Amino acid sequence: MSHIVLLGMSHKTAPVEIREQLAVACCKEVNPLHLLPHLEHVDEMVFLSTCNRVEFLFTCNSLAGGIRDIKAVLRTHVGLPASVAVDSYIYVHKDLEAVKHLFMVASSLDSMVVGEPQILGQLKDAYRDAVEYRTARVVLNRLLHKSFSVAKRVRTETCIGSCAVSVSYAAVELARKIFGDIRDRSVLLIGAGEMAELAAEHFLRQGVHRMTVANRTLERAMELAARFKAETVSFDRFLEELKTVDIVVSSTGAQEPVVRYQDVRSRMRERRNRPLFFIDIAVPRDVDPRVNEIDNVYVYDIDDLQGVIDHNRQERLNEAQMAEHIIDEEIIKFKKWMNGLGAVPTIVSMREKAEKIRQNELRKTFSQLPQLSDRERGAIEVLTASIIKKLLHDPIVFLKKKAQRDAQATYMDFTQQLFNLAESGEGLENRDGQRQDSPLSGREQDAEDQTFLKTAKK
Amino acid sequence: MATLCYLSGTVGYLVYLFRDREQLHRISWTILLVGALLHGIALLMRTVDSGHLPLTTIQESLSMFAWVFVVTYLVLQIRLQLRILGSFVSPLAVVFMLSSSLLPSHIILKNESFRSGWVIVHVASLFLANAMFALAFSLGVMYLLQERYIKKKNFGFLYERLPSLERIDSIAHYCLMSGFPLMTAGLITGFAYAAVVWHSPWSWDPKEILSLVTWIIYAVLVHERLAVGWRGRRAAWLSILGFSATLLTFVAASLLLSGHHSVLSGKM
Repeated sequence: MSHIVLLGMSHKTAPVEIREQLAVACCKEVNPLHLLPHLEHVDEMVFLSTCNRVEFLFTCNSLAGGIRDIKAVLRTHVGLPASVAVDSYIYVHKDLEAVKHLFMVASSLDSMVVGEPQILGQLKDAYRDAVEYRTARVVLNRLLHKSFSVAKRVRTETCIGSCAVSVSYAAVELARKIFGDIRDRSVLLIGAGEMAELAAEHFLRQGVHRMTVANRTLERAMELAARFKAETVSFDRFLEELKTVDIVVSSTGAQEPVVRYQDVRSRMRERRNRPLFFIDIAVPRDVDPRVNEIDNVYVYDIDDLQGVIDHNRQERLNEAQMAEHIIDEEIIKFKKWMNGLGAVPTIVSMREKAEKIRQNELRKTFSQLPQLSDRERGAIEVLTASIIKKLLHDPIVFLKKKAQRDAQATYMDFTQQLFNLAESGEGLENRDGQRQDSPLSGREQDAEDQTFLKTAKK
Repeated sequence: MATLCYLSGTVGYLVYLFRDREQLHRISWTILLVGALLHGIALLMRTVDSGHLPLTTIQESLSMFAWVFVVTYLVLQIRLQLRILGSFVSPLAVVFMLSSSLLPSHIILKNESFRSGWVIVHVASLFLANAMFALAFSLGVMYLLQERYIKKKNFGFLYERLPSLERIDSIAHYCLMSGFPLMTAGLITGFAYAAVVWHSPWSWDPKEILSLVTWIIYAVLVHERLAVGWRGRRAAWLSILGFSATLLTFVAASLLLSGHHSVLSGKM
C-alpha cells in the first residue's frame, strides 16, 4: 500500500535565515521534479516553493526510504550545507495528515496572512509543473484536484478570504468598499513613514492608476517616487492635490494636523464631491478628525484601522473553524477514494478473468456453430456479457464497500483465492495483453461494456 | 398568486441577504420572474375583460405599478448584476401588492374621455419613471446604510454584503437620469391631454400640484447632480424624499382629495 507524505518547512517552523535561503531557491530555474527518476522509493511527486514555504508532496511505498530521498533533494535544492541541521525545521505529515495539511495550505489556512489568495495560484503552478514533468499520477492528480476544489469550497462557503488582517489590507479593502474598482484611482502619499510605505506598496500592487508623493525632504520624496514610479509634489502644495486624488495615505511626523477641516471642505466643491478617503497612519494624527464629518470624505486613523482588523480577526476565527470543518469532510471523502483504490486491482483482475473466460467460450461456440448469422452472434455476445456483468455485480459492490474498512486486505485476499485470480491471471496474460493492471482500466472496461451493450441493442 | 410568488421571492432574497449563495439568488430571481409573468397575465386578462387598462381603482393601479416595478428590476438585474438589490426591491414590491389588496376598490365611473393614446403614453411613462425612482429609492437606502457603516467605522452585518458606495451611487444616478425624462414626458402629455379635454392644462387639482412638487424635487436633484456634482448621502436622501412624495401623490391624492384625477385614480 502506498503512502502519501508531505515534507517541508514553512514560516511556522523555519527561522528567517533559513527562509531567506528559501526565497533565493524560490527563484531558481531548476525544478527538483526532474530528479524523480533517480529516487528509488518515490513514485509521484509535487513540489511547491514559495517565499514562505517549501514543500514536497509525494507518494512512496516505503516511508523511511521516501523521506530519506526527499530530504536529500531538499538539501541540495535549497543549497544548505551539510553542517546545518535542518531536521528541526522540517515537518513530515503522513497519509491523512498530509492530505489535511495540503488542504489547509490550499485554502490559505496555513498562510502567514490567513486567507490571502496567492497561495492557491502558487499551488496550481506547482501542480502544472508536476504535470509537465509527468510526476503526478493517479493519486496526486486526484489529491491536487481535490485540494483546488476544497479551496474553492472554503472560499465560497466561508468569508475567510474577505476579511483583511493587516493595516494595508484593511486600507485597501475599505477603499474598495468606497470606490469599488480602485484601478482608476490615484493615491497621494504624504510623509514617508514605513507603514505608509507598506500601504502604498499594497495599493500599487492592487493596481492604482497614479501615485504622488509629498514629503518635507525632497530627496526622500524622490527616492520613494522612484520606487513607486510616482510623481513628486512639494510639501507646501500638496493641499492642491486634494482636488484630484482619491486616496490619501499620510504619515508625517508633524505635531499638528496637516490636513484641516477647512482645507478639505473648501476643495470638495471643486472635486464635484467625489469621495475622498484619508488613511492617517501617523501618531499624532495628521488629519483633523472633524474632516470625517464632511460629506463624501472618509477618514480612518490607525486606531480605526486596528479596529477593522480586530473585527476581521474575530470574524476570521469563526470562519477558520467553519473552514476546518469543510476540510475534515473532504478528507473523509478522499480517504474513501484512497481506500477504494485498494480494491481496484482485485476488481479489475476479476473482470479480466471473467472476460477472458467469456471470450474463450465464445470462440469455441462460434467455431462449432458456423451457420450462425451476425445477428445471432451479436445476441449471444450480449447474452454472455450481461450474464457476467450481473454475476460480478454483487461481488464488486461488496468489495467496494469492504474497501472502506480497515480489514480490506483480508477481503481482497479472500476474493483473490476464491476466484483464483493470481494464477489464472498469469496463465491468460499473453492473450489479452492490452489490459494493463492499472486502476484506470477498470473504468475503461465499464465504458467499453456500456458502449458494447448500446451497439448490441441496436 | 403573483403576490405569493413575490412573497416567496422576497423570502429567498432576504435569506440571500444573510448568506451569500449564488444559487439562492438564481432561485429567488426565477420566482420573481414567474410572479411577474403571472401578474402580467392577470393584468392582461383584466384589460381584455374590461376593455381598458386596469387602472380605474387605486387598487388596480398600485398592482399595476408593482408589476412595472418588478419587471424593471428584473430587466436591470440582467444588465447590472447587482444581486443584493433584489433584497431591497422585492420587499417593496410585496408592500405594494399587499397594500393594493388592502386598499378599498371603490369603482369609479368610466369616462370615455380617458380612452385615448395620450392617456396611455401619460400613464406608461409615469409608471416607468416611478419604477425607476423606486429603484433609486432602494439604492438610496442601501447607500445610506453602507455610508453609515463606513463613516461610523462600525461594521454591521450587511457591510460585507453591500456593494461599494461608488457603485450604488452610479446606478442610482443611472436610474434617476432615465426616470426623470420619463416623468417629464409623462407630465407634459398629461398637461397636453388636459388642455385638449378640459381646455386648460392646469386646474389646481391636488394631484397635479403634488406631482409638480415631486417633479421639482427630482429636478433639483438632477440639477444638483449634473451641475454641482452632488452625490452620495445628500443625493440619496433626496431620492428617498422624492419617492416619498411620489407615493404621497399616488395614494393620498387619489384616496383623500378630490379632483378629476380621483375619477381616474390610476392617473398620476
